[in-house]
Amino acid sequence: MSAGQTAWLSRPAAGQGAAEALHVENLHKKFGELHVLKGVSLSARDGDVIAIIGGSGSGKSTLLRCINCLENPTSGIIRVNGEEIRLKADSYGNTYPADRRQIERIRSRLGMVFQSFNLWSHMTLLENVIEVPVHVLGVKKERAIVEAETLLARVGLAEKRDVYPAFLSGGQQQRAAIARALAIQPRVMLFDEPTSALDPELVGEVLRVIGDLAREGRTMVLVTHEMKFAREVATHVVYLYNGVVEEEGPPAALFGAPKSERLKQFLRNVG
Amino acid sequence: MPARAGKLGATLIDAIIPAVASGLLDLLALEPPGWGGNLLRGLVSSVEIAVGAYVMGLLIGIGGAYGKLYGGPVVRDLLGLYTTIVRAVPELVLILMLYFAGTDLVNRVLIAFGHQAVDINGLIAGIGVLGIVQGAYSTEVLRGAILAIPQGQVEAARAYGMSPGLLLRRITLPAMLPFAIPGLANLWLIATKDTALLAIVGFNELTQTTRLAAGATKAYFTFFLAAGALYLALTLFSNVIIGRVERWARRGMPSLTETR
Repeated sequence: MSAGQTAWLSRPAAGQGAAEALHVENLHKKFGELHVLKGVSLSARDGDVIAIIGGSGSGKSTLLRCINCLENPTSGIIRVNGEEIRLKADSYGNTYPADRRQIERIRSRLGMVFQSFNLWSHMTLLENVIEVPVHVLGVKKERAIVEAETLLARVGLAEKRDVYPAFLSGGQQQRAAIARALAIQPRVMLFDEPTSALDPELVGEVLRVIGDLAREGRTMVLVTHEMKFAREVATHVVYLYNGVVEEEGPPAALFGAPKSERLKQFLRNVG
Repeated sequence: MPARAGKLGATLIDAIIPAVASGLLDLLALEPPGWGGNLLRGLVSSVEIAVGAYVMGLLIGIGGAYGKLYGGPVVRDLLGLYTTIVRAVPELVLILMLYFAGTDLVNRVLIAFGHQAVDINGLIAGIGVLGIVQGAYSTEVLRGAILAIPQGQVEAARAYGMSPGLLLRRITLPAMLPFAIPGLANLWLIATKDTALLAIVGFNELTQTTRLAAGATKAYFTFFLAAGALYLALTLFSNVIIGRVERWARRGMPSLTETR
């Protein structure tokens, strides 16, 4: 929790003065012949909330998944907290992280929230939340449990701590998944379409939690289809089209006065 | 007709039971000259072999499933060869082959390296032979179960920085268990009964002991019935344990019958 508080205090400095939490430069990703990302760059300073929007197939989820090497980028630079992920290529041209321990260390500070929650089904909510702190980060179990209880209470699931994920609604599961991400005191939170798999009436409860996190100054990268939400919480919006950043800027400018013809059309369609 | 047959059966049983009962108890008494103690020792040997072979099979199976799923081309081909051959050859043939050829091979190797030939313990050999058979089937059961894990859960574990070893221990093995239990339960019951095949190589497990007892007393029916009852008891007991393990493994899954 202390990491959250410091981030919150540094909130006014977000933008120019704050340290760079995430840096992506000229990122390319090919799946065989398919060129999904064609040189994308992105930068998030502490406290930034970056919303990535774009049509289906634009590469926005791939971009997010390249940041923690769930997909290995074909080329490009990724720096998390100033540390560059070292990549190496094999003779077939496939790239992968050169140092397993490095990528594991970096991943353990990137809290990822998935479209389909991906909670571990054989663990209760509490066990899900303490799993990474205890087994990856080496936090004492008693302390992890105390913190997990606070986090579960925060996302409104204190009474569900001993329930298994399959017995909960999608909205509850996604809130638990957010608590799991918070438990590692993430440097950057990565949200991959966190509300796309939810019934419409459950979207609100999840967006409320994410919105609160954004307002308290969490650094996050958010792939979303919720334009209204992106406009409210983002400090910076990136519109991806066909693997290229077509337009980016502060939400007011991007949504209020889009310059690119494609973005105008996209906003009309999702409008 | 059925009534008459029933009556006939009843009179037969009435006639046989008292005649047999006195001798039966003597034959099955735990103390010699009764053979009960021997049968129970045979059962214990059978269970020992079954447990050992099963555990060995599970270990081979975990490694084999992982190798088949994530290994390089050479590893995958070798494991494919192993599972195909072991599952293609009748177990009796495999047991004869591995037991005699295997012990011979070990001794040849020992001699080649300048050691004395050893008399290989029947228990160890039995466990080894059946373990190799069990391993081939376990590999396939566990491979299927690992494939059934929702991939998102494995991905989440990777996304949170788990190392491959931690991922196996904390996520893959417990998450695949509910899918593996029915197949693994079958394998356990098969393991308990495959121990009987070791009678062919003269190992004193339950079936071999039964044969000896029956041969010595000529009371074939009694002893094979008793052995059958012991195998049945072992199966029933196993079912209770398996049921508990399955309930525990499926703790995170909604029961099929409870959903509306």
